[in-house]
Amino acid sequence: MTQILAAPDPVETHQAGAEVLLRALKEQGVEVIFGYPGGAVLPIYDAIFQQNAIRHILVRHEQAAVHAAEGYARSTGRVGCVLVTSGPGATNAVTGLLDALMDSIPLVCLTGQVPTHLIGNDAFQEADTTGITRPATKHNYLVKRPEDLARIVHEAFYVARSGRPGPVVIDLPKDILIGKAPYVSAPTAEHRSYRPQTEPDRSAIARAVALLKSAKRPVIYSGGGVINAGPTAGAAMTALVRKMGYPITNTLMGLGAYPSNDPQFLGMLGMHGTYEANLVMHGCDVMLNIGARFDDRVTGRLNAFSPNSKKIHIDIDPSSINKNVRVDIAIVGDAGRAIAMLAEAWDADPTPVDRPAIAAWWKQIAEWRGIDCLKFDQTQASGGIIKPQYAIQRLYDITRETGRDTFITTEVGQHQMWAAQYFRFDKPNRWMTSGGLGTMGYGLPAAMGVQIAHPDALVIDIAGEASILMNIQEMSTLCQYRLPVKVFILNNQYMGMVRQWQELLHGGRYSESYTEALPDFVKLADAFGGTGLRATSVDQLDDVIREMIASPRAVIADICVDQKENCFPMIPSGAPHNEMILGTEHGANIADAGAAKLTDAGMALV
Amino acid sequence: MTSPVIRSATISVLVENEAGVLARVVGLFSGRGYNIDSLTVAPVDDNGHRSRINIVTSGTDMVIEQIKAQLDRLVPVYKVADLTLGGPHIAREMALIKVIATGEKRAEALRLADAFRARVVDATSESFVFEMTGNSDKLDAFAALMRPLGLAEVSRTGVAALARGATII
Repeated sequence: MTQILAAPDPVETHQAGAEVLLRALKEQGVEVIFGYPGGAVLPIYDAIFQQNAIRHILVRHEQAAVHAAEGYARSTGRVGCVLVTSGPGATNAVTGLLDALMDSIPLVCLTGQVPTHLIGNDAFQEADTTGITRPATKHNYLVKRPEDLARIVHEAFYVARSGRPGPVVIDLPKDILIGKAPYVSAPTAEHRSYRPQTEPDRSAIARAVALLKSAKRPVIYSGGGVINAGPTAGAAMTALVRKMGYPITNTLMGLGAYPSNDPQFLGMLGMHGTYEANLVMHGCDVMLNIGARFDDRVTGRLNAFSPNSKKIHIDIDPSSINKNVRVDIAIVGDAGRAIAMLAEAWDADPTPVDRPAIAAWWKQIAEWRGIDCLKFDQTQASGGIIKPQYAIQRLYDITRETGRDTFITTEVGQHQMWAAQYFRFDKPNRWMTSGGLGTMGYGLPAAMGVQIAHPDALVIDIAGEASILMNIQEMSTLCQYRLPVKVFILNNQYMGMVRQWQELLHGGRYSESYTEALPDFVKLADAFGGTGLRATSVDQLDDVIREMIASPRAVIADICVDQKENCFPMIPSGAPHNEMILGTEHGANIADAGAAKLTDAGMALV
Repeated sequence: MTSPVIRSATISVLVENEAGVLARVVGLFSGRGYNIDSLTVAPVDDNGHRSRINIVTSGTDMVIEQIKAQLDRLVPVYKVADLTLGGPHIAREMALIKVIATGEKRAEALRLADAFRARVVDATSESFVFEMTGNSDKLDAFAALMRPLGLAEVSRTGVAALARGATII
């Protein structure tokens, strides 16, 4: 153990631990905490009651508190803050913490703990919180001595936001919160051991530029790292890519970093990405990955992934480099810094770009685009059934007409992929979805956090009827704080993505993927104090969307869509990018396509 | 492509000596499916603030590179060094080896211990405890020789390692 040093502060600066905690949070710029009280954190709630600087939002379940903080963090670029009690409070938060870890979202989660002398005694509401959350957080702390409290809070915020961002837990025994503790300000000195590299290596940047200039079939593939690097990084990347004249695709996490209506934008790539984006990735000769991690949803079968390309990978986390895919030039550093240095080096390097080759590449891309892989058939006949894709497309068109700043969150499943395909983003931090962990129940609480941060914005949770039920209790929070979040449910009565896989891989045996009994979502909205709307045919859709957007209240819009619609294009698990399945609109027989392209090895993959 | 051959690596990690740091390192190995062939840990500076963890692991070059990167991003880690790649290094461990035997087997055990420079640290009329220091292969070889002579129990420390020469991690 380290020796105990005498506290340097004079005694009169000592306050109760809970007050020291709030003072440190304030110094770290915390304005909002999402939380739920309980026995072990009562001293913190008492301190919160006696101040006005920090606002507390009372959720209805601890998982939702974490997702709300994620929504807040992702839409603002700030560190989200969560407060939960010991035992079940902490364990309920675990899903949210892992979600934030997988998607690199900066959070600090304060958990209550039984008094230090009871730790290890199986006390009431005791859990080994640091043990349970160790693999679900970037780092965690158990405060055992009052003199460590303020320092640990400052350090937790530093760790959460530095390098690759992530969630940090501080476990706070009740006696530490009640007893006196000294206050220290945030340190100005460097952290003793955690100093992530943010400045890229200049020579690697120069080599990357030389490779990019020599490219005949280049592509830029950017991910969540560009979003995390802040809005200026996205703008700088947009400027650089336009200067290069090369095609760009975004990952699910990276949507919004590059304006999606720009002609150089290929759409999202990956399992449900566009035909053109995936074929460009497969056929390119030089790939520039900025802040993405070669996730299995993106690469498909690894040994067939972009087989003939030289790869450049920019990532702030050295462990992302060469983890799944071997790259030729690795650049460790902040995406924003790397983009700025690339732009500088691009201008400084006099080598001309191979314009004829690039023009030929664009010609090829235009052919792939000509397939129109996101095409769908929507009847406009009165009483016609609504295609889910059409519902999203109309939602996008109508929100655009309003000119309002619009933030979209999603749950997980088919609706999430349709949202990524058909809703288009021009700015970063407007798209919040659970990418890495794939957490159903993410969207509603995340939307709540976004609306808290942006009270005047239009915040819409694009949901499925199954996912929304996983955190539906948060409708109650929305109504308490008069948060006008819109829940746009694509209701097909199936866990659609499960049903789609059962159709493709399991002989159409729809085991447990149909929901026999659903609530009446209109009445449900009403019961919580919100507004419920429903569209069952295509002629009702626009009116419902307009009424939803115009409402000053929380709204659930139940959009009853085609139950059998599948999400295409699709790269089956274990298949390479150039073996995409297109939809029935392209004349594909899905059953045949599935049977031909799905291997046993692929079937074992998720 | 790098070599798909599985190699052994001795990795030294300098960490902040705080509660849970060993659990972070061990949890990383089990959570990500890496092997631990040997593990040692102890404080190594004057005031006990820093500990050194020595891990012997195995994997392809890509896996070992990944292990080092994963270790390096843990918050309480100061430094990670691959002694196997970094040049010549010394790796030693200590073993206590109990042999229960009488008669000719007992005499033979003592002769072999002498040849291997193992020290007798405990003796009764029917048993010996040998103490032996060396690289892991030597300890393996000695234990194998003792097996037919009445090897009863082995306790090993795991590997401690340093780079040769003036190099430090």
